[in-house]
Amino acid sequence: MPRPAAVSLGGVSKHYAVPGGPGVTALAPIDLDVHPGEFVSLIGPSGCGKSTLLRIIGDLVQATEGQVLVNGKPAHQARLDRDYGIVFQDPVLYDWRTVARNISLPLEMLGWDRQRRASRVAEMLDLVELGGFEGHYPWQLSGGMQQRVSIARALSFSPALLLMDEPFGALDEMTRERLNGELLRIWQQSGCTIVFVTHSITEAVFLSTRVVVMSARPGRVIGIVEIDVPQPRTVDTREEPRFFELVTAVRERLRKGGAAEAEAQAEAELLLVEEER
Amino acid sequence: MSAIVPVPPNTLRRAGRRAGDWAPAAAVLVAGILVWQGLVTAFDIQRFLLPKPTEIATALRENWTFLRHAALYTFGEAVAGFVVGSAVAIATALLLARWRPLGRALLPYAIAANAIPIIAFAPIFNNWFSLVSPIPKIAIAAVLVFFPVMINMLRGLTSVHPSSIELMRSYAAGEAATFRRVRIPNSLPFLFSGLKVASVLAMIGAVVSQYFGGLRTTSLGLFIKEKAALALFPEAWAAIVLASVLGVAFYLAIVLVERSVLRWHPSVRGARAG
Repeated sequence: MPRPAAVSLGGVSKHYAVPGGPGVTALAPIDLDVHPGEFVSLIGPSGCGKSTLLRIIGDLVQATEGQVLVNGKPAHQARLDRDYGIVFQDPVLYDWRTVARNISLPLEMLGWDRQRRASRVAEMLDLVELGGFEGHYPWQLSGGMQQRVSIARALSFSPALLLMDEPFGALDEMTRERLNGELLRIWQQSGCTIVFVTHSITEAVFLSTRVVVMSARPGRVIGIVEIDVPQPRTVDTREEPRFFELVTAVRERLRKGGAAEAEAQAEAELLLVEEER
Repeated sequence: MSAIVPVPPNTLRRAGRRAGDWAPAAAVLVAGILVWQGLVTAFDIQRFLLPKPTEIATALRENWTFLRHAALYTFGEAVAGFVVGSAVAIATALLLARWRPLGRALLPYAIAANAIPIIAFAPIFNNWFSLVSPIPKIAIAAVLVFFPVMINMLRGLTSVHPSSIELMRSYAAGEAATFRRVRIPNSLPFLFSGLKVASVLAMIGAVVSQYFGGLRTTSLGLFIKEKAALALFPEAWAAIVLASVLGVAFYLAIVLVERSVLRWHPSVRGARAG
């Protein structure tokens, strides 16, 4: 039996009702399959609904229409089964917990005993290279280290799927590139599937196996770019011609999306003018 | 790089620095008392306006047995009121945070009730219970304590980062788990700032409600009122000083508990970082 898609979206849309108005369509119907082990980035201008789409996959926001399957089951069931880990733009660490206890939070929720938790936390600290910091509180760490704790927490219970919402968006460029490299290593070691939201083109191309390009309001998929840069990717990857070609390809898709949007808007305005006549 | 080096404990230096922190305040206290004594003597200020610190000290010594008993009893009333008021306030805040519609229905009345000068009820409470009973005093202190503790706790329970709640939802956590692991820990710094205000209010409530009557042997407030009426000002001042010292001690006790409970919090971090 073939493995079910890690994420399968069928005609997923999101519409926000506005009292006394027609409402806002945040996402036009979207179809997308993410295969197990893939690293898929969602990229688009701000307000294109990519974070909303990620939250719909995680059953944190309800889709207005369409079917969302995670590991072959409805997203709601997948959330109840703790099928995914999530990393937000802010690390969202609990200030009152040490690094070790932040990482073990999901393990507590799963009812693991103390000993099992401790050994997993040690493994996770190794994975994100934060050995020796288990007793520190979040405020004692830099932003990049906090985000590594957040990643360790998301992976601590070995979910098959990792959802990441602009996790490195608040970090400086150098830290971001270093963490990009670390994330790829972690992805390869853990074998999990990653859905990654970003608005950085180079980040999306460097990390992903596929980049899903989205347009703004209403958010919809306007192109999918296969990233065939070989693994493992290193610092040198960023200087390869193929890398630049793909960055350009993604950028052009984004620009075309913007142009199409502007055209659609101009058309709508023209219609209005004609109606007024 | 500094973030990467683990912070050494260095307890001795910290203790020394803490003593150093206190020295200026202690110097101001001593200087204040000296200036007070000096000015009252130099300008021959009348005793009913302001007695000399030495006279107050004498009155304190002469009435020590009585004052100690009354002060401890009054302090006991304040602490009892504090405990009862805070407990009810914490329970109320948890209820209102858990069932928001309840909060929306009741909160306006709670805020309106806070505008009532509670101390005005002291004579009424004395009639409800008994003049010599400690219960009306405890009740006044408890009612005074209730509002700041409740409102601070409620704010702490509800002002949680939305992503923190999303994170708990991603773990399929229920309301109880979210309260235990996120909302309640998040509310503790707020709770303690409420409790610090409350400790002061409890002492005020206990002393002032004694002005309206009580058992003579156990009431610091009644003692102050009667001695002032008899123009025995150093005696009245002695009781006031005692009440103040107990009030400050109560406040500091709350601060100490706060420091040990909130090791992770910025206010405590600040104290440690110097």
